[in-house]
Amino acid sequence: MKLTINGKDQEYTGEDDRPLLWYLREDLKMTGTKFGCGVAACGACTVLVDGQPTRACVTPAASLEGKKITTIEGLDTPAGQAVQKAWAELDVVQCGWCQSGQMLAATALLTATPKPNEQQITDGMTGNVCRCATYHRIRGAVARASEIMG
Amino acid sequence: MADTATFSPSRRFVIAAFGIGAAGFAVGCTVGGSEAAGPVTLTSLGDYVRVGSDNTITVYLRHIEFGQGVSTGLTTIVAEEIQADWSQMRFEHSPADNAKYGNPAFGGMMGTGGSTAIFSSWQQLRAAGASAREMLRQAAAKKFGVDASEVLLVKGKAEAGGKSATYGELAAEAAKITPPDPASLKFKDPETYEFIGKERDPATGFGRLDTPDKVHAKAQYALDYHPDGTLTALIARSPKFGGKVGSVDDAAAKAVKGVTNVVQISNGVAVVATDFWAAKKGRDALKITWDDSGAETRSSDAMIADYKKVLAKPGQEARKEGAGVAGLKGAGEVITADFEFPYLVHAPMEPLNCVIEYKPGESATIHSGSQMPTGDQAAACAVLGLTPAQVTIVTMLAGGSFGRRATPDADLVSEAAQIAKALNGKAPVKLMWTREDDIRSGKYRPMNVHRMTARINKGAIEAWGDRTAIQSIMEGTPFLPPGTTDFSSIEGSNDIAYDIPNISVDVHLVKNPVSVLWWRSVGHTHTAYAKEHFFDVAARKAGKDPVELRRTLLAKHPRQLAVLNLAVEKAGPVPAGKTRGVAVHHSFSSYVAEVADVTINADGSFHVDRVVCAVDCGIVINPDIVRSQMEGGIGYGLSAILGEQVTLKDGAPVQTNFYDYPPLRMSQMPKVEVFIVPSTEPPTGVGEPGVPPIGPAVANALLAATGKTYAKLPLGAKA
Repeated sequence: MKLTINGKDQEYTGEDDRPLLWYLREDLKMTGTKFGCGVAACGACTVLVDGQPTRACVTPAASLEGKKITTIEGLDTPAGQAVQKAWAELDVVQCGWCQSGQMLAATALLTATPKPNEQQITDGMTGNVCRCATYHRIRGAVARASEIMG
Repeated sequence: MADTATFSPSRRFVIAAFGIGAAGFAVGCTVGGSEAAGPVTLTSLGDYVRVGSDNTITVYLRHIEFGQGVSTGLTTIVAEEIQADWSQMRFEHSPADNAKYGNPAFGGMMGTGGSTAIFSSWQQLRAAGASAREMLRQAAAKKFGVDASEVLLVKGKAEAGGKSATYGELAAEAAKITPPDPASLKFKDPETYEFIGKERDPATGFGRLDTPDKVHAKAQYALDYHPDGTLTALIARSPKFGGKVGSVDDAAAKAVKGVTNVVQISNGVAVVATDFWAAKKGRDALKITWDDSGAETRSSDAMIADYKKVLAKPGQEARKEGAGVAGLKGAGEVITADFEFPYLVHAPMEPLNCVIEYKPGESATIHSGSQMPTGDQAAACAVLGLTPAQVTIVTMLAGGSFGRRATPDADLVSEAAQIAKALNGKAPVKLMWTREDDIRSGKYRPMNVHRMTARINKGAIEAWGDRTAIQSIMEGTPFLPPGTTDFSSIEGSNDIAYDIPNISVDVHLVKNPVSVLWWRSVGHTHTAYAKEHFFDVAARKAGKDPVELRRTLLAKHPRQLAVLNLAVEKAGPVPAGKTRGVAVHHSFSSYVAEVADVTINADGSFHVDRVVCAVDCGIVINPDIVRSQMEGGIGYGLSAILGEQVTLKDGAPVQTNFYDYPPLRMSQMPKVEVFIVPSTEPPTGVGEPGVPPIGPAVANALLAATGKTYAKLPLGAKA
């Protein structure tokens, strides 16, 4: 079965129920997508499927035939680039484990809503857990990324 | 009693740090040789500083970077003294070696914890940087044919008489220079600092050294290490604390495609498979009968009731002023409340894991986010029958810890080594903990009860009593000197700074099979809440404004008073429609006050809107990292008091994952403003001290509006 990951075709031959997360991390050695909870409760494994934030830990790879999958390694849209730049400018990261998922969620938010207000930022980001509680800076970085996008 | 003279780990650590500092420096000055790494030659100038022929300067971290910013903070100290350009600076975790990289605050054992990294390294890394600087100066003088006094060192270059050389060009020669006598070292005048105390600047690239790799997903954590052929192991552990494996039927597990081995280890049954998904299916298919004859069988409510029975009697004395407990009887009114604190999970975002590559009789290499590398090494040696020289610990970045990766029993590595041994080293083994394993397998912040009592007379708090029942974290570890009371249970209670004439603090150390561990700010997670919230209860009973009464009773504690005043001043007037609470606390040798502004809605739900924080942590190495640690500490502490708890039913945890152990989310995160008190005192910790005041600050805000005492945690959704 053919999966398109960061614009590149991949042939998936694994189990029908195996989550995308483990295919990315173990088979493709794309370890930027992180494991946090395994039950779609924290967002550390967030990837974009046809632009929509999706939890790779509960999404079977085999369910994504023909879909466009974007991971942190392929975040090259204007919104994605602005997000990474803003994240670096504000030194958002602490431990960093959740931040791939945070940046993917922010990219989806800004792609759909380039000028989000405070409530829209909260609504777009509250599904992603950060135990270091970098939320204060994430808010600022989403706003800054919006500015960078112009 | 002065803050600095209290019996607390902070104080003990300070003594140890500065007492052993000289010895630490001596080893920091041994000069290693050069090694080729591809086209680059790496030259060690002491054990902490390595200069590459590519002009990079790498600082070895004896502390792990797990988000708190040591990879930048420790590197900054060296960069300042060696006169570097910031773009040269790199960091690397040091090897496991107590002799070279022991933490003087941990009695010379390697370890990250107790917010000790910066203050235990300050003198040592300044010396390491200054020593390397003088060796580079000598090397330049020799190369240029001038006197060393003529050599100017600036931004990673040496200049004299129109000649110039980079540090990279000088390193090999500098390594041949005898290190200077430590007593002769001169440190930079703080007025000339280029990095210490300076603000992050995106324009020049001065900021966290771990940011670029973390933003671009290049950072390597233990879970990302996956050599070809790696097998993944999951362990089925007893559902009840203290239970053991009775019998195992592993037929169904072995039938799962991809499962290669099922092995019994000391604390459960490990399923080993070609990948995570197969290992998980295999573990789910195990049929185990558990032997619960030694297990905890109570529920947490029953345990709390038992703790309260114990509290009827005096415990080990931890502090007595005036008449002590007898002072609680007498004129006026006596108020009392039992404060109940639940078990808490650290729940770092990266669940526990490590990878072990074992060659029987020869060696083992372990990739792990190790907070106590030499302890992990010793555990692997014990299981595998190897010597420390045969066991390499590669410390990786860790996705948070909050104390969880510092285990005196090296649980993670010990489990991994047992599995590797059972497999006789046939493949690299990655041991993973799922989030359910993390939430349900113990090493919790201990559940505890504080019985708080105060006697109020004529508008004053005349007597204060704080009696705790809690499991000891320190007992049985190398960190508790024999014959002493477990300081981690009473820190923050026994050093209450308020000038109250009669004080009694005592503690009962209870035992049960639930495993407990230090959790970001350790004893202060509960002692600060009990002290600071009950203080407001007592102050209001006495008819006093709690902030004004704090000012009066902290007159002899200028650093606590200063952060209190700064936070209150910066917070300004209470906004209309909001309620406010204030708390101040001293922990890990730092001082923090927090002001919480809270909205209580008509339905009783509430939201913490804004927190103003003032911190005094001595000399500030990096103000932005101090701010980020306060922001994060506030969020971590708030998460706990709002909704986190592990309860037990019949000895087994009820909660399983983030859906019923709810971590703080962005919708709950207040706006945070941090103000730093300027100081010339030695630098102290910031990883933990931001946590303790937030709980009582919020509770005090609720109290101000409702008049209620918030004695049972977590607070839940309603005021």
